[in-house]
Amino acid sequence: MASQFDVIILGGGPAGYVAAIRSAQLGMSTAVIERDKLGGVCVNIGCIPTKALLHSAYIAKLLREAKEFGVDAGSVKTDYGVAMQRSRRVSDQNSKGVEFLMKKNKVTVVKGSGVLQPGRKVKVGSDVHEARKAVIIATGSRVKGLPQIGLEINKTTVISSDEALFLEKAPATLAIIGAGAVGMEFADIFSAFGTQVTLIEALPRILPLEDAEASDALAKSYKKRGIEVIAGAKVKKGTSAKDKVTLEVEANGATRKIETTAVLMAAGRAVNVEDIGLAECGVQVTERGFIKVDPGLQTTAPGYYAIGDVAGPPMLAHKGMREGVTVTELIAGKKPHAIKYDNVPSVTYCHPEVASIGLTEDQCKERKLEYVAGRFPFSANGRARGTGETEGFVKVLRDKQYGEILGAHIVGGHASEIIHELAVARENEYTVEEVELAIHAHPTMSEAVAQAALDSLGRVVDM
Amino acid sequence: MEALSPTMEEGRVVKWHKREGDAVKAGDTLAEVETDKAVMDLVARADGVLRQVAVAEGQTVPVGSVVAVIAVPGESGGGQTAPASAPVPAVKGEGGQARPAPARSPAPAAAVVAADATRVKASPLAKRIATETGVDLKLVTGSGPGGRVVKRDLEEAGRREKGEVRGAAAPPAVPPQAPLPSPISPALRGGAPYEDVPLTQIRKTIAKRLATSLGPIPHFFLTSEVDMERAAEARDALNRQLGDRGKVSFNDVIIKATALALTKHRACNAWFQDDHIRYWNDVHIGMAVAVDDGLITPVIRDADRKALLDIGREARELAEKARSRRLQPNDYTGSTFSVSNLGMFDIDQFTAVINPPEAGIIAVGAITSKPVVADGQIVPRRRMRITMSCDHRVIDGATGAAYLKTLKEMLENPLAMLL
Repeated sequence: MASQFDVIILGGGPAGYVAAIRSAQLGMSTAVIERDKLGGVCVNIGCIPTKALLHSAYIAKLLREAKEFGVDAGSVKTDYGVAMQRSRRVSDQNSKGVEFLMKKNKVTVVKGSGVLQPGRKVKVGSDVHEARKAVIIATGSRVKGLPQIGLEINKTTVISSDEALFLEKAPATLAIIGAGAVGMEFADIFSAFGTQVTLIEALPRILPLEDAEASDALAKSYKKRGIEVIAGAKVKKGTSAKDKVTLEVEANGATRKIETTAVLMAAGRAVNVEDIGLAECGVQVTERGFIKVDPGLQTTAPGYYAIGDVAGPPMLAHKGMREGVTVTELIAGKKPHAIKYDNVPSVTYCHPEVASIGLTEDQCKERKLEYVAGRFPFSANGRARGTGETEGFVKVLRDKQYGEILGAHIVGGHASEIIHELAVARENEYTVEEVELAIHAHPTMSEAVAQAALDSLGRVVDM
Repeated sequence: MEALSPTMEEGRVVKWHKREGDAVKAGDTLAEVETDKAVMDLVARADGVLRQVAVAEGQTVPVGSVVAVIAVPGESGGGQTAPASAPVPAVKGEGGQARPAPARSPAPAAAVVAADATRVKASPLAKRIATETGVDLKLVTGSGPGGRVVKRDLEEAGRREKGEVRGAAAPPAVPPQAPLPSPISPALRGGAPYEDVPLTQIRKTIAKRLATSLGPIPHFFLTSEVDMERAAEARDALNRQLGDRGKVSFNDVIIKATALALTKHRACNAWFQDDHIRYWNDVHIGMAVAVDDGLITPVIRDADRKALLDIGREARELAEKARSRRLQPNDYTGSTFSVSNLGMFDIDQFTAVINPPEAGIIAVGAITSKPVVADGQIVPRRRMRITMSCDHRVIDGATGAAYLKTLKEMLENPLAMLL
């Protein structure tokens, strides 16, 4: 069976399904090809279920501290299996939600693995589908292990997030390799469910892409609650036995052995560019393995576009979603607002949360920018004191000359929600003055943003 | 330097009323400034101490330049002084750093709105950068949402100024010091029939503001009395020579001169197109012809390049076709400028209504003999009044006047048409 569409999208993850909806809204007949569940990694084995588990972890933490708030919850028992089941229901609901959106927008969903063919065609099994206008590649990424040092993912003792999300019970001990967002979040989850967690990061600090102050705040917070944090560490070798793994870790000039029930690999992702017919269609990849795209997201093969993780970093769902909107508008002949890749918020949903946008202070220094850092700690914020979320701070990096918000970094409760004020500000080129001039409700955690802006101007009020 | 009139582009400081170190209050007269129209008071927009006078008496600076710095009393006067070309009066902030007034607090921000007669859509950051670098945002074409000027546009403008950007693909931002895309530059022959120049901020503002003042097209009128003695002599001589081969009318001469003068003033040979101005390189003259139930303007194409006899023949044919209602659409569309002649009705002078989207029209009155003082003697001369109606969105007063002067010179000395 061969069918024709205006736009065919390979991959129904966040980039792909948003592209499909926008494409349909623009009046183009649209098909999405998905080999697994709609929603991709994000909905099924990424963003969404981890957020459910993190909330379970948060409840456990709250209940343990509840007595101080006048609520005695007795001894708190946790069950990872139950939390996991709940997270599965949340994922399934979301995936069904995407299915519903496809139906609502009259997007054809083709189940199966698609392979690109020249002439804007995609082969799925024995069927060939042809795109009149464009083929959009949105095949996403997957976790990767480190087979060269003996840490190939075996799904029992050496696992990835894919397996961690389906465990029936929390392991007694867990070594997490990689302290980016994924490693940080699982450390938070399993620690709350009673696992003795060791967090190992190769770079000198955890959350290496975040501002150094954020890394320090989280390292302090994690250590306080009993998570072992080893940064600047090199895992030299991993030996996997039936029910344990022995790691040889070199850190601070010494090599030590770590025995653990399981190892969770959270060190990077590989993009899905294999076996989808890229070379046959003339779609080239970069040295780093991403699909090469021009500013209009078109690949080296005319009529073939790429969005989301395969199209390059940052590998974030919301970046892919925006590309999904932009690429379909371009294909439809519209002139969308250019994507500002330097204005993509980055969020880690561990506790306390870490959210940032723009440059870190170190990047400001590297670029020799004249800047002023404005800071405000949540320990000085009334709302945060009330809720007991006094960990963390807001930090605003202000360009000394023009007041541009070069970067903003938030560590604290609800940081993931608070950051968007600064995303809007940066998108519209507001300076710190406009942020401060907007009246912030009192008492809110968001007030800390206004105060940090004021601090960068040398006139903080509440501190 | 505030824009003290909507058309003011620069101002000359005539006299300072306050000296450095004087306390000033918002509303105090700081200086007298001579604008394009009159000498006016430049008043302080904030309370404080006149910390620095940046422009000497007698000096002329563009609108938007810093003329003085008002500081908060008690603040040390040190720190950086705004560059002389920075547009908005700076005010010392509590932080000790010189900060421009707009972003600090609502009061001075209001003053800045007042200081700038033409509103510009720009991001706060772009405004700040423009303030500190002395870029006039009115001259920058915005690429942000809704044509908003954003940081990138200023960076582009800066690079252009340094000659770093030279691609056809670059957005048409205009460097701060450069004049408006100069329509006065001579038309290129043999190239494109026209050139679309995007509206700059100031053009957009002029368009918006003036359009609300006098109907959809903001007309203004320029009248000049032309001595037609030599033109009459030349015409008589030509007609004697032509004999039976045809006749040259005054109208033909006026159309030819109108067209030729336009080749020297491309700024007037233009169409207003809402978001851009189309400056024509071709000159097609619309000729208003009264018909039974109204008026139509058939077109004499490329009138600047046609011989007088051809213009005359075409004009008669078109007028005849108009009266007998045989004009084809091609005969009455596409004119770039028009002429309306009521001389035959003994009208001394009148104002014609512009034929949109054109930007101008010449209204021609009757040629009459008048006593004129020449070389100290009163002598009879044949004189004619011409009135140019201008669309102020496209043509400014001086632009129209310059064109009218050329036209007058050509008519008064027909040999000038050969220049």
